Amino acid sequence: MLIKKPSDIKSSEITDPQHYKQRREFIQAGAGLAGAAMVSGLWLPETAHAAREKLKNIKKSSFSTKDKPTSYKDVTTYNNFYEFGTSKSDPARNAHTLKTTPWSLQVEGEIAKPGNYHLEDLVKSSTLEERIYRFRCVEAWSMVVPWVGISLSSLIKRFEPTSKAKYVEFTTLHDPKQMPGQKRSVLNWPYVEALRIDEAMHPLSIMAVGLYGEVLPNQNGAPLRLMVPWKYGFKNVKSIVKIRFTETMPKTTWAQAGPREYGFYANVNPKVSHPRWSQARERVIGSGSIFTKRKDTLMFNGYEEQVASLYSGMDLKKFF
Amino acid sequence: MKLSLPWLFKPTIFLLSLIPFLYLLYAVLLDPESLGANPVEHLTHETGAWSLRFLLLTLAMTPLRRLSNSSYPIKVRRMLGLYAFFYVTLHFLIYAGLDLGLDWGHLGEDIAERPFITIGFLAWLLLIPLAATSTNGMMRRMGKHWKKLHKLVYLIGMLGVGHFLWLVKKDLQEPLIYIAIFVILMLFRMPGKALRFGQSS
Repeated sequence: MLIKKPSDIKSSEITDPQHYKQRREFIQAGAGLAGAAMVSGLWLPETAHAAREKLKNIKKSSFSTKDKPTSYKDVTTYNNFYEFGTSKSDPARNAHTLKTTPWSLQVEGEIAKPGNYHLEDLVKSSTLEERIYRFRCVEAWSMVVPWVGISLSSLIKRFEPTSKAKYVEFTTLHDPKQMPGQKRSVLNWPYVEALRIDEAMHPLSIMAVGLYGEVLPNQNGAPLRLMVPWKYGFKNVKSIVKIRFTETMPKTTWAQAGPREYGFYANVNPKVSHPRWSQARERVIGSGSIFTKRKDTLMFNGYEEQVASLYSGMDLKKFF
Repeated sequence: MKLSLPWLFKPTIFLLSLIPFLYLLYAVLLDPESLGANPVEHLTHETGAWSLRFLLLTLAMTPLRRLSNSSYPIKVRRMLGLYAFFYVTLHFLIYAGLDLGLDWGHLGEDIAERPFITIGFLAWLLLIPLAATSTNGMMRRMGKHWKKLHKLVYLIGMLGVGHFLWLVKKDLQEPLIYIAIFVILMLFRMPGKALRFGQSS
């Protein structure tokens, strides 16, 4: 695999104890905040934002785009997260019921080190990086989001995948008490998405834990979500509780819900039309007035140079 | 049903029907923040929803006359139908003008390739002759043909609710409510008069 830009973080890099301590504090603070949010939720069901907690020691990344980030308000109030309701404004209103600490991650399948990992342990020993990525929804709108995340490849390496691990499957929490949208069977819960292993190991792929230098808000997929910027938004599964490594291609939620509309790959591709939305153009969220025109969508969402080689020889009209 | 000030009935309905438009106009001009992160989408969805509501309201007037045994519903039926046309025209202009930036190539592609847009566009086209022949003069001149032409509204209603159902990605609850109301209103018109209860005359 040809990688044009080397990651500026080596997986062997060890977090110094000071960072370690600060991250522990952040996670504990997060626990307190989650509790406070739940209590305040009793009186103020409209409370969308718990107090916002800064993340520390975030490294910049050369993978970040120079495009102007979408406002925090738009990024956190215009969300597709059906687990909290199908309207774009539902997640910000309803996601306070999700309890993100403690959080454990079940890791299984074709790996040497399966187990139940504490998210805290995984995050504290990783380097946090800011990745300002273009984000393109299949509904033909886009944002620019300053994520804070950890490299997915270094996370995967810890679990020591075997040679049989061809795909990585991610599963969202399934708990209708915390995720009221799951009380209705709009989708076949739990939400499942997957990547080919080489896609997952690509240096652009991250697990996001933050946004705008702060702890990830619940409505954006806290505490841990996938972020693969050259694919449509729905691939980027949120509030992940399980990672499974498989030899065969996993069945993913949207591809099952609408096989003619949503493929396994879901790479941003202006040339592959969709029965509901033209994928040739996109509406940039928050870009000025109602008279602002759509802009042209770029192949692989503008990450063609970095990722096109993953799909060389493939008919992308067939494998959409 | 007796109204104490019958001459106020039509102007009241007229002004009430204008509220959604005035509200959106106010938001666009004075409170754009209230339109959310995607204002064009918001305006498109709102005008689309009001088009369907007015179309269903129009279709509800004939059954309502039978149920209430009053002529008031018929007095505003034409006005409600014209409001449906007004909101769907706004809906189309926002989509073609603001969303597509009056790009005829893109518009043609959307109409040809996306079935929900095809039928929505067709519904709007079919409403044009109905709006154009809605005057008393046209009614007189067309005679029995007028009634025949205006039966198109049933097809338009079907296309309208179908347009909504088809555009929704997965959560069908809301479009199904519109479809249910449309079906009930159509049942009143069944030749067997299945739902003509409450008719006292």
